[in-house]
Amino acid sequence: MARNQAKRPLAGLRSALAEVPLLGWLLGMVAAVIVEYLVGAPLARALGLGRVPLLFGVDLLFKSPLLVPSALAYMVLVYVLPVGSVALVTRPLANRAAEKLMALSPVVSVLVHVAVFYGGLHSWALLNDYRVLVVKLTLLAVMLTLSLNLVNGYMGEFSCSHPGFMALGAYTSSVLTVLLFVGSERFGPALLPSALGPFLFPLALIVGGLVASLGALTVAIPSFRTRGDYLAIISLAFMLVVKSLIENLEVVGGARGFMGQPDWAGLTTVFIWAVACVAMINSFVRSTMGKALNAVRDGEGAAEAMTVDTRRTKMVTFLFAAFWAGVAGGLYAHVMRYVNPGGFGLQKLAELLAMVYLGGLNSVVGSAAGGVGFMLFSEALRPLEIYKWIIIPVLLILVMIFRPTGLIAFREFDMVSLVRPKGAPTRRRGVPHVAAQD
Amino acid sequence: MNVFLQSVVNALQWGSFYALIALGYSMVYSVLMLFNFAHGDIFMVGAYIGLFVSTALVTLGASGVLVLPNWLILVLTIILAAILTSFVGMLVERVGYRPLRRAPRASAALTGLMIGIILQTGNLALLGARRRSFPTLIETTTFEFAGVTVTNTKIVIVLVSILLMVALHQFVRRTKWGMAMRAMAYDFVVVPLMGVPINTIAALTFGLGSALAAVAGILFGLAYPVLEPYMGILVGWKAFVAAILGGRGSVLGAGLAGFLLGFIEIFVALLFPSTFRDLIAFSIVIVILTFRPHGFFGEAYSARLRL
Repeated sequence: MARNQAKRPLAGLRSALAEVPLLGWLLGMVAAVIVEYLVGAPLARALGLGRVPLLFGVDLLFKSPLLVPSALAYMVLVYVLPVGSVALVTRPLANRAAEKLMALSPVVSVLVHVAVFYGGLHSWALLNDYRVLVVKLTLLAVMLTLSLNLVNGYMGEFSCSHPGFMALGAYTSSVLTVLLFVGSERFGPALLPSALGPFLFPLALIVGGLVASLGALTVAIPSFRTRGDYLAIISLAFMLVVKSLIENLEVVGGARGFMGQPDWAGLTTVFIWAVACVAMINSFVRSTMGKALNAVRDGEGAAEAMTVDTRRTKMVTFLFAAFWAGVAGGLYAHVMRYVNPGGFGLQKLAELLAMVYLGGLNSVVGSAAGGVGFMLFSEALRPLEIYKWIIIPVLLILVMIFRPTGLIAFREFDMVSLVRPKGAPTRRRGVPHVAAQD
Repeated sequence: MNVFLQSVVNALQWGSFYALIALGYSMVYSVLMLFNFAHGDIFMVGAYIGLFVSTALVTLGASGVLVLPNWLILVLTIILAAILTSFVGMLVERVGYRPLRRAPRASAALTGLMIGIILQTGNLALLGARRRSFPTLIETTTFEFAGVTVTNTKIVIVLVSILLMVALHQFVRRTKWGMAMRAMAYDFVVVPLMGVPINTIAALTFGLGSALAAVAGILFGLAYPVLEPYMGILVGWKAFVAAILGGRGSVLGAGLAGFLLGFIEIFVALLFPSTFRDLIAFSIVIVILTFRPHGFFGEAYSARLRL
């Protein structure tokens, strides 16, 4: 009895939280960022942290474990409490706003949500350069994980060529931007005024993606006749060929790498591309062709008998995945402003595979979680230096043993139902029902 | 002509390493239907174990406790290192593969990759980034036949590998254990019902493959006496390519394809700048697999088989 009473306020809280729409959470996020701006630095000093913890305190986890309780306190005070209270308090308001937006048009509603999210993320990251870099790299990791998941999860192949696609995109777009807008010793003066650059930069990325798709033909065409291990080898050989080719191309610096990319991949640019990538891949896998992918994976013969054009499905998927890997590679090159072929080798492959399989196969949500989780985790483990590469594999093996398809497998999302207001409409829909009961 | 013959000799030696490692891949594949991606790093572990065993034996000899001739040290090193490494292989199977036998195959492949990374990093963490050199167990003598120089190391390497390949082939063909392995490769469900202990056979397969990798590692140490923790990665992946080229699960094919890959690499390095070696070798692999997607001795792929 007493236990029941103790449970009640919690249950009330839970049902209240269930009524918070996505917009409410986003408002909470903005509020937390504002709180951090206002009281973050003094609070961190008061807690003995010295300065504001950069990544929710995970960066301190191994660097100085004694500070972890303070970091936790900071996290509760600055993030959890503001997010929770603002989300709860603004719940009716947020629901009404979400309803209005929805009535206006679902597209507008989605765009507004994304914009609010971006506002929060941007102002959170602006606190220092490290956060900006980590956010950019995390967004790129999500793009890469998602595009690799298309082939390895949704289509069920074991493709190892993703670093190769990345490298193609990275080098193509770097060469284009440097040749056209920056100029270098080797390429001579810029061919176009550099003021045009930021506007044509997306085009350079798209060309990079297309070149990566072209390279993907090398893997896609053999996939008509073979799959599984042989395709894995072809894709692996492709990756090593690309790496070796770049190492031998003196025009782009060979093994020394290529630098001098303009600084155009700001947080906004990367964010827009990442959102476009997630949205496009999410709707691709939910389309008829996306379902055909699963059919090809689970039984190619049966799929063929059910009128699935397996060749077209495989071709489109490989090229689509490679395109996004190429775009992400191009962005990566302009974020780091330096690329070298060694960065697109087996180590990168292991990282990408780890993100995909950690997050979950056949899953958009899982890919996002895998990319973000892996990046946070590897930042947390950075102080451990080489032991990082013992802990990460051990963890992955454990995940594989206990959840062989990854943590959040088989999960896509529907953007429109995500941004729908909660609580209010169900109550309204419930009204005639209740009236009838009376 | 002389250059050609010289390259043939070099290619035989270089191909021996690939062939020995590819055999391990192929055996595990034929029994368990999965590739042990940690195999390249087991090769590295084998080389290091060989290094420690031989250094210990040489030190014992120098201190006068147990003076052995060099050839005996080599033989003992090979045997001891093979046994110890086979335990490492069985451990890998027990920890990384047995719990995943019913999981999707890609998950097992990923586990293998991760075990490989653990082995590399573990080595780096335990022994440091210093490169270590293998003791010289064979005093190099050089013979000349018609302008071709052949060292006794090369002869030993090629002979030992061919001997081991033949022995393995006989083991798989003639013994009861070999028969059980072949049966498991044939059918995974009925064979345990016939009283074949599949866990033991799986462990045995991993152990044998790892022992071969250890021998390859020691031979590699004889020819190129500098060891480092990442030495297994590229060699391992190339041997994996050889195993696939040979046709998955075909022991004979893996051996031959290992030598073929050795020939391709040596001759590419002969005709082009040596930085083009990987580029051309892997391009050839892509071309071969595009036209013959099931390797030389493998079964052709058909969508119907998967139903």
